[in-house]
Amino acid sequence: MYDFNYRKASSVGDAVSAVTGAEDGRFLAGGMTIIPTIKQRLAKPSDLVDLAGIDGLAGISVSGGVVEIGGMARHAEVNASAAVADAIPALAQLAGGIGDPQVRNRGTIGGSIANNDPAADYPAAVVGLGATVHTNRREIAGDAFFTGMFETALEDGELVTKVSFPVPSKAAYMKFPNPASRYAIVGVFVAATAGGPRVAVTGAGPCVFRVAEMEQALGGSFAPEAVADIKIGDGDLNSDIHASAEYRAHLVTVMAKRAVARANG
Amino acid sequence: MPEGGIGASVKRKEDFRFLTGRGNYTDDEVRAGQLYAHMLRSPHGHAALGSIDISKAAAAPGVVCVLTGADADADGIGGLPCGWGITSKDGSPMAEPKWPIIAQGKARYVGEVVAAVIAETAEQAADAAELVEIGYQALDAAAVTETAHLDGTPQIHDEAPNNLCFDWDFPAPEAADAVDAAFRAAAHTARLQLVNQRIIPHSMEPRAAVAEYDKGDEKLTLYCTAQAAHAMRLLLGAFVLNQPEHKFRVVAPDVGGGFGSKVAPYAEYAIICWASRRLERPVRWLGERAECFVTDAHGRDHVTEVELALDGDGRFTGLRVNTVANMGAYLSAFAPLIPTYLYATLFAGQYTTPAICCNVKAVFTNTSPVDALRGAGRPEATYLLERVIDEAAQATGIDPVEIRRRNFIAADAFPYQTPVALLYDSGAYERALDIALERADWSGFGARKSASEADGKMRGIGIAAPIEATGAAPSAIAGQLGARAGLYESAQVRFNATGTVTVFAGTHNHGQGHETTFAQLVTDKLGVPLENVEVVEGDTDRAVMGMGTYGSRSLSVGGSAIDRAMDKIIDKGKKIASHLLEASVDDIEFDSGTFTVSGTDRTIGIGEVAFAAYVPHNYPLEELEPGLDEQAFFDPVNFNFPFASYVCEVEIDPETGTVSVERFTAVDDVGNIVNPMIVEGQVHGGLAHGIGQALMEGAVFDETGQPLTGSLMDYTLPRADTVPSFDLDHTVTPCPMNPLGAKGVGEIGAIGAPPAAVNAIVDALRPLGVNHVDMPVTSQSVWQAIQSAKAS
Repeated sequence: MYDFNYRKASSVGDAVSAVTGAEDGRFLAGGMTIIPTIKQRLAKPSDLVDLAGIDGLAGISVSGGVVEIGGMARHAEVNASAAVADAIPALAQLAGGIGDPQVRNRGTIGGSIANNDPAADYPAAVVGLGATVHTNRREIAGDAFFTGMFETALEDGELVTKVSFPVPSKAAYMKFPNPASRYAIVGVFVAATAGGPRVAVTGAGPCVFRVAEMEQALGGSFAPEAVADIKIGDGDLNSDIHASAEYRAHLVTVMAKRAVARANG
Repeated sequence: MPEGGIGASVKRKEDFRFLTGRGNYTDDEVRAGQLYAHMLRSPHGHAALGSIDISKAAAAPGVVCVLTGADADADGIGGLPCGWGITSKDGSPMAEPKWPIIAQGKARYVGEVVAAVIAETAEQAADAAELVEIGYQALDAAAVTETAHLDGTPQIHDEAPNNLCFDWDFPAPEAADAVDAAFRAAAHTARLQLVNQRIIPHSMEPRAAVAEYDKGDEKLTLYCTAQAAHAMRLLLGAFVLNQPEHKFRVVAPDVGGGFGSKVAPYAEYAIICWASRRLERPVRWLGERAECFVTDAHGRDHVTEVELALDGDGRFTGLRVNTVANMGAYLSAFAPLIPTYLYATLFAGQYTTPAICCNVKAVFTNTSPVDALRGAGRPEATYLLERVIDEAAQATGIDPVEIRRRNFIAADAFPYQTPVALLYDSGAYERALDIALERADWSGFGARKSASEADGKMRGIGIAAPIEATGAAPSAIAGQLGARAGLYESAQVRFNATGTVTVFAGTHNHGQGHETTFAQLVTDKLGVPLENVEVVEGDTDRAVMGMGTYGSRSLSVGGSAIDRAMDKIIDKGKKIASHLLEASVDDIEFDSGTFTVSGTDRTIGIGEVAFAAYVPHNYPLEELEPGLDEQAFFDPVNFNFPFASYVCEVEIDPETGTVSVERFTAVDDVGNIVNPMIVEGQVHGGLAHGIGQALMEGAVFDETGQPLTGSLMDYTLPRADTVPSFDLDHTVTPCPMNPLGAKGVGEIGAIGAPPAAVNAIVDALRPLGVNHVDMPVTSQSVWQAIQSAKAS
């Protein structure tokens, strides 16, 4: 590990000025990626600005058909929230399947989506539910937030304050985990939302993506059979020792079908 | 008779300190004035080193020195030694290129040390290592086992043309003729091409070492994660460091797991010993998990063709095996032994196959060196045999159970001479199989399969009947086969004046429970309460020269040495008792801690005898030395041969290819059992290890020798939710070759589980036309097998 300055911010403004004023400052929102990366000497930030002490960034609330999750809410809190489980059970279940208990008790939704690991779970929920990402500067539609592998619409000095999820009529997440890391080789989030069906896929490609053909088919009939024969192309999918692009493409169909079945209960 | 003798499942004495954080591991050895070593490692699989400029690193804050391969040469430091020599079929000795402790001229695998930085803190050493400038020129690599010896493959060592270490035939040239004849006469044959993939050991505790050179008495002390402290001292002292044994102490304190990977001497240990001697300050090194991934000796890595000939009744008549075995970039201490005498001697398995021959080509590649890993050669042998038997069952139309029964060595045929050198001691194979089938509800499988199919799943069941040669080894035989060391074991049993006992043993406890099992031997034989027995291991200044713990040898060889030492204690105790009881020594009997004058009620306890031996006021001093402290060595007359029958049942999701191990029944026979709970724990661990190899684990390198499984993010280990709850039972066929009647247990699970699991998977997939899937059988490989089967 290289030396770095640790700062605990007292407010969002304090955090932003600390990061922008540093030579190479980073927000610390749980640290489940940046800390191991620093320990392996693969990253060398000059300053880590911890968001954990900022009031108002961590709450969970449900009202008016919207679930709001603070950027610093831990995965374990989302998983354990009765309000979330009642409103969007798929979201609570997804949070409970991230990493292991240690990760779930440190990692946050803001940290996860800002990092945008291609195999992370939360991006599938944000896109699959048509969520809105709130930052210290603006609101960003979930569909526009994830821009590429480890890339987001966030600008320098911009941080996630909360994510608001409109409550769907039904939803489910099915994840086919990497046997070693337990990240998603393929994770598919399906939801019947006010704006129509959504199918969001994580793990399979460089960034979360929607499957229009499946969404259309589910618009006709929200049933597993509707997506069971829809194959997606494997040209842009990831390929590694655990899963070829071809296998991932196949798993997208299987996980989508199972997610729809689960959503239908 | 105190409780806790042989046969009692007493809880482990050592667990209190482990479970309460009071263990004393190598990294807990903190020395005044200590320095930290950081190993700069090659990022290339194969590269010429070119220029090495250490000037910036040497000038960095806190740096005391930077060491290179040239420095090691200048100081007369030797290469890492190999402890076993193999002779090729043309009579030539194996190619044995020097393994420098720091690379010289070329780096031959990712992770090889290219420079060592010694600094005041670990961070300073790591920071400075980034300043070492090396003019790497990347070279084409030979990283693929199967093709490394073919013409045109990049050459790794000048001393090994075509990267060939040895080309070995076994058991003898004429054996091939007999096998050829068997195939010509065969009614059926079965053939498989299979890979026994490379796996990486994963100890909870990473390798670590602390070296302290005392200039005052010119003595070097090395604390390190070792399974065999005396062997470590011998190999490092005599071959690498030129440090005489009487001026070299090796201590292996608590060690968190070994699995074979902590037997060999490693470069890092030599480097810090050498650095400490140069600098006259203690130097320490703690391996990070990423370093362990590429530098702990890997295991397996064979590509094999196996063929079995059968007569019209399904009896095995001939077995032919051709293997290419990957040694990695250099020869680790026992690497050549593993694909030869620990491998081909097991090809008879539990069966009467009369003619067996094999050829093994061992090759160098630009990958991490391999060495012993739980089973070491025996898993590879058992896997190919138990797999080809299932294939033969298909070829003959005989049920996999029945075909094994027809070929078992009968229970009344022991001792049994196999055609591959070994003389089996004892066995009752069909009984273990019967119990396993009963417990596994083999006959009820059809109903479970139907239930799975109704759920859209496929289901398969497989058996394996592994055998293992443990208890290495008869030293004379080992010497004839190329061993460069003896393989006896030592023990010293010391009564203290107040009647407690300290046992010094040449073995080492790194998870096996020796502190409990060995104490139980003392309780059982000498009647001393368990809590009054202490077992000391792993310190060359305290224990008698022993050969350490590996190959499931500690109880059958080391425990037998303890038993022998206790015999001497009893013999001397009888003489002391005869004096104290004023009777002839011939009339003294000993049982359960008490000496008795035969036929009388005159007795004396062994505690009082011990007291008299150390406070000899009333003692036959003119005939007998004071003290009650005896040592013994035990060199076994033969290996011992534990065996088992395993039944594995899997369910497969055909849509995703996911394999779930639903049931696993293991019936083991490890001879007499001292602590059934510990034995069950060893079986559990071995089975988990074996299921890990079957379904999850596999070290992958790309064509440049770059490891693609360099962390637990990509290398899958078995976890609590990926192995089933095991159903265990055992039979007891005592070993006639040692006084305890014990056989080894540490590896059999890892040997038998892979073929049982793969046989079950192939059984499930066979209706689709699949007859083999290589390990690790991942969801992707099952899905691909199903796709290929559908396509053809």
